[in-house]
Amino acid sequence: MKVFGLIAVLIVGVLLLSATKDFPDWRDKDSPANEGPVSSFYIEKTEDLTKVPNMVTAVLADYRGYDTMFETIVIFIAGIGIIAVLRNFDEPHSSSIQRENNDEGGGLLARFTCSLILPFIQIFSLYVVAHGHHSPGGGFQGGVMLGASYILLALAFGLSKAKERFSERRTMIFAAVGIFIYVGWGVLCLLFGKEFLDYSVLNSILPGDAKWARSHSMLVVEIGVAFTVTAIMFSMYSNLSTRGRLSKGL
Amino acid sequence: MDLIIATFIEDNIVPKFNYWIYVILMMIGLYAMITKNNLMKKLIGMGIFQTAIILFYVSIGVKDTAGIPIISHHGSEHHQGATVHSESGPSSEEVSPVKVKNNTIDKDKYANPLPHVLMLTAIVVGVSTLGLALAISQKIFKSFETLEEDEILNKLRPGSHD
Repeated sequence: MKVFGLIAVLIVGVLLLSATKDFPDWRDKDSPANEGPVSSFYIEKTEDLTKVPNMVTAVLADYRGYDTMFETIVIFIAGIGIIAVLRNFDEPHSSSIQRENNDEGGGLLARFTCSLILPFIQIFSLYVVAHGHHSPGGGFQGGVMLGASYILLALAFGLSKAKERFSERRTMIFAAVGIFIYVGWGVLCLLFGKEFLDYSVLNSILPGDAKWARSHSMLVVEIGVAFTVTAIMFSMYSNLSTRGRLSKGL
Repeated sequence: MDLIIATFIEDNIVPKFNYWIYVILMMIGLYAMITKNNLMKKLIGMGIFQTAIILFYVSIGVKDTAGIPIISHHGSEHHQGATVHSESGPSSEEVSPVKVKNNTIDKDKYANPLPHVLMLTAIVVGVSTLGLALAISQKIFKSFETLEEDEILNKLRPGSHD
């Protein structure tokens, strides 16, 4: 079995490597991918049309808004899927079990260090979300950091303590609200008479002209993404680390 | 013989080494996914495979002269101010097209943003698949008390169970 696998892998590898000599060189600025009309348009026109200097965020949240919307829904479905796979719905998990495990979590040093750095992690992650269209960052990155701060809280103080702050009910509400913000913002564009996720029509309710409306709409959409990603990251951790029982974590 | 190998390396590997690295990484991942018996090791192979694809895409967008795909505000404003001062002679209607022309963005200065965006979504899908796969592995371990593939198949076989 291993020999057959190795042979198959080697054949595929040699085929792929033999194709590399037709590829453009590394760092070639005239390669088809870099020279193509789509990338050139994004680089040259993005700031002019959307007032957003970070092209990656502009492409992500505006030009490819559908892609990102369904990406957020993919994360949401994955989070729901993990709960559906792991949770044993027959035996209701009693909250008394959660209260019993007070000895979980890290030691004194870990608790003290985490209590010092957690606010800064959370503020920085909010900055990454809010400033994501002007500097490196965005909803996914900031959301993952915010979710990681809750995971750190659960590691240092125990999952029950983290669940007091960010209960499962609240987690799923947050995840759904994130998608609601994103999709609702697209539907709002529909109500104003343009196409779904065409933000430029929203200048009547946002400050600035149509270009600034696209910029502000990206912020709104990124906040929606951050809501969902934060909630699902923490939900994934808390379910995977406890086999879906949500008690007695790592 | 040495010369042939040296020229081969110089012509085929050095200018395109990103593709070689991605193929090698991808084959490591594929080998792990095909032959490893343990489901966790298969998942690790899947992670390596995904990383190889991400590396491939991001390396496509690299340009020799480019930085990150974020337009710096300070640089462009300074540039704009300088052009306005130098073009003091003609009237304002004639200045504006010149100013716009000088303000156009040199696309060789910015890395290709499109692969970055595509890989951002790929990373997200990677997280989702990994999380769901881990959940299913936990469920499998709960039912079969093993993550070794052949043992699971033995337990699934009719007759050997019970």
